[in-house]
Parts: sequence; structure tokens; C-alpha cells
Amino acid sequence: MALYSNKVMEHFRNPRNVGIIEDANGIGEVGNAVCGDIMKMYLKIEDDIVQDVKFETFGCGSAIASSSMATELIKGKPVSEVKQLTNKAVAEALDGLPDYKMHCSVLAEEAIQAALEDYEKRTGKEI
Amino acid sequence: MIYADNAATTRMSETAINTMTELMRDAWGNPSSLYAHGQNAKEVLEKAREDVAAVIGAEPREIIFTSGGSEADNQAIRSAAELGRKKGKTHIISTAFEHHAVLHTLEKLKAEGFDITLLDVHENGIVLPEEVEAAIREDTCLVTIMTANNEIGSIQPIREIGAICRKKNVLFHTDAVQAMVHIPLNVVDDNIDMLSASAHKFHGPKGVGFLYAKKNVRLSNLIEGGEQERGKRAGTENVPGIAAMAAALKEANEKMDENAVHLIKMRDRLIAGLKEIPHSALNGDPVRRLPGNVNFCFEGIEGESLLLLLDDKGIQASSGSACTSGSLDPSHVLLAIGRVHDVAHGSLRLSIGENVTEEEIDYMIKSVGEVVEYLRGFSPLWRDLMEGKKEFIL
Repeated sequence: MALYSNKVMEHFRNPRNVGIIEDANGIGEVGNAVCGDIMKMYLKIEDDIVQDVKFETFGCGSAIASSSMATELIKGKPVSEVKQLTNKAVAEALDGLPDYKMHCSVLAEEAIQAALEDYEKRTGKEI
Repeated sequence: MIYADNAATTRMSETAINTMTELMRDAWGNPSSLYAHGQNAKEVLEKAREDVAAVIGAEPREIIFTSGGSEADNQAIRSAAELGRKKGKTHIISTAFEHHAVLHTLEKLKAEGFDITLLDVHENGIVLPEEVEAAIREDTCLVTIMTANNEIGSIQPIREIGAICRKKNVLFHTDAVQAMVHIPLNVVDDNIDMLSASAHKFHGPKGVGFLYAKKNVRLSNLIEGGEQERGKRAGTENVPGIAAMAAALKEANEKMDENAVHLIKMRDRLIAGLKEIPHSALNGDPVRRLPGNVNFCFEGIEGESLLLLLDDKGIQASSGSACTSGSLDPSHVLLAIGRVHDVAHGSLRLSIGENVTEEEIDYMIKSVGEVVEYLRGFSPLWRDLMEGKKEFIL
């Protein structure tokens, strides 16, 4: 059996929404270089909807795939719904992650939550 | 496909496969039995022992066949510890970048009351003999230092270290798993009391290895039972596997010089090519290193994603990244030579084989360059480095 599911490999090989958003109004960065994982999410929120999302990731295959999948799950969604996103949902959408890689999906959830908090701070709005 | 992970394991040679399959058919008797089938297997076994001994300049009776390098390491260290304990000598000297078969055994001994000194391996991954000498105490019973490192390929001055141990009357063990048939080794000239080796690193089968122990070194058993291996390693011998190991060893040893000339040329071409990648660094000594070993750190990227993308390009390699091991820390070897976590995660080991071609080397250089550039393209760490928010380490 391969280390990762086909879904993980597909997202790893062809990550969606890679890059940055120059006029993002919510940016979240989690992880650190010492641990070997950094995830950065850029959100462009308009009318309480995530109109655009991009990511940058330093990390392993499952970290990149988790970032990619997380952006797909939240793009075009209302912020109230995005706030409910869990790492489990990310991992499930990827057809599962090896146990010791579950923290990659946690990072994806945390990066998005951090970006939402940044948005709240910038706009004074509460989601 | 380019297999560049020969330090992990090697493909069995045709000679080894043929030897093994033939003997599985023809020498299936128990070497301890007295009838012809058994005695025939016994002959095969003892011929293999002679062949193995001849390669390293030992006497046949000084060779104990084991299940591999890890068992040999365990038995060598345990035996020296037992001998030491009887004389009240409970200090062992080693290095911080040994294989885990050595380090974990030493940790166990530490819990049993042994005092362990792990020597610095410096930036180039080489132990200084004078530091070994300075570390030896009245109660030192063993110095165990690998012949060459498995990750960064740095070759240790074992002959000098062995001479110091002889002078100080301390046992010297070396884990030669990676070095065997890549650099000349002679247990007499190199002042070695015990040496471990593993067949699958030199085109032999997996699950077979050997321990050389000088005849005055009394071994302790890890496995109790019958009288096989002069009573030092119980269990009916893996005759076909052992004979295949001996055949592979003999063959690889005969080609050592020829292979080394080619491998060093290829290795240095690969190193020169990879050095062109900005913010990269070679790990380990550039000259005193195994002929087939190349190990680099690339700043701003993580090793596992690098390996997966290289695999897509048909290159099989390994990394010291934490993500490839399932642990949180990157390779203890890279940390031991002073690489910080940030860059140790971005390491790549290419251990090339004897048949590698110049075209393959150039393809590897090109592919690694492309993948590193691609991954840096969306690495937030790389962005911070490029924008001056963080300082480059490499």
C-alpha cells in the first residue's frame, strides 16, 4: 500500500489555489520551520463570503495536500460556515491521512482559523 | 528509474541470487547433522566463513554469522559491556551520529548503570582521534565508532582510533555496515577488535550479516540455544543466505577499486551540480566520504515533498526530514554536525550505485534543481528569506 491515498497524491501533485492574494483581508500563518511545517492562508472576504483563497506551504506532501484541500473546501463559502471547518473534514476529504500525518490537517484548520481571526481584527466584525 | 538509495539497501547481484537459489535446492540439510546432506551444508557454511574472513583479513573462526548489522552491533556492544562490567569498567565511548542499532543499545546500557560519552563529530562529520584518546578513562571498556556514516558518508579515522585503543588496552568496535566493499578494510591493519556488516548493503540478501570478533574477545550470546557459531549465536544457520552473502561480498570486494574510481567521479559531478542550487550545502566532508554518497540541505523546503516529486521523476532517494521518519525531529546525524532544524528538514541523500551513468547524474542534477525551485515557489519560509524577514542560514 502506498503511503498516501490517491486523493492526497493528486492534491500534492496539482495543488489548488497556490500563491498569495495581494489585497487579502485575512492572513493566517501557523507552524514553524523548526517543526518542518509552515502554512500560510490568504483570504479575500467580501459580503461575508470567502471570495478567494490562496495558500503557501513549507512542509511534507500531506501538508501541501491538506492546504490545497482546505482551500477547496472553503472557497465561495460563507465565513460562518468556514469557521466550522475541522481538521477531520479536511482529512476525510483527502480519503484519510496516516495517523502520524493528522497534524497536517490540524495545521490547515488552524491556518484558516488564524486567517479568520485576522479578518475579524482588521474589520472589527465578528463571525 | 534511477535508484539512488543504495545506502538504504541494494539490489541483489545475479551471483548472490544464483548462489542462494541453487543452495536452497541443493544444500537444505542441517549443518549440525552428521549425514551427507547435513555435512554438505556444513561445508558450504564453512567455505562462506573462509571467504568472508579473507575479505577483511580475519581468521574464519573470528566470524560469527548474524541476522544482519543491527544484531552484530548489539552483540558486539553487549559483549564488551559484559566483559567490562566483570572488571568494574563501565564507561563506553561512541559518537552522537552512530546508527540507532548502536545508540539505542548504549541507551539501554546507560539505564543499566553504564556511563556513555558521545564524542563530537564536528561540522564535517569526522571524529578526531585525539578526542577519542582524551576521552578514554581508567574505566573505559569500549570505544564504538562507525567506519563511515550512513547518512552523510563521512569516513572515520578508524585505523588511528584503533591504534589508540590498542595502546590504552580498550576494545574497539566499528559498525562497517556502510563502508564494507566501498573502502579497503583490514581488521589487522586497522586495529579492529570487533566489526559489524550487513549483506544487503553489498548486493547480498536481507536478514544476513556478520560480526567479526578478534579471537581473544569473549562474546556474550544474544540468542541462547544450540551450539551453532561456536556456541555464540544459536539457531540453525541460514546456509543459502550466508553463502549468498559471501558470494556478493567476494564479488563486490574484487570490483572495489574499479567501482570507487567511477563512483567518485560520478559523486563529485553530482555534488558540483547540486552546489549550483542557491542556498544549498553539502553535508559531510567533501573528500573523506564514501564514493557513492551525496547529501545536501536545501533551505526553504521540506525533504519529504522533495522525495515524492523526485519519485514522480523516476528518482528514488531518501531524506533526513522528520516527516519521512514519523518522528518530530529531523535526522540525529544532521543535528550532530550542527545543522539546525530549519535546514535539516530540507535534506536529500542520493546514494548512487556502481552502474550509474553520467546522463543519469545530469538528469538528477536537473530534476533536483527543478523540484527545489518549484517547492520554494510556494514556501512561506522561502518568501520570508527572500524578502529579508528571516536570515539565510545556508
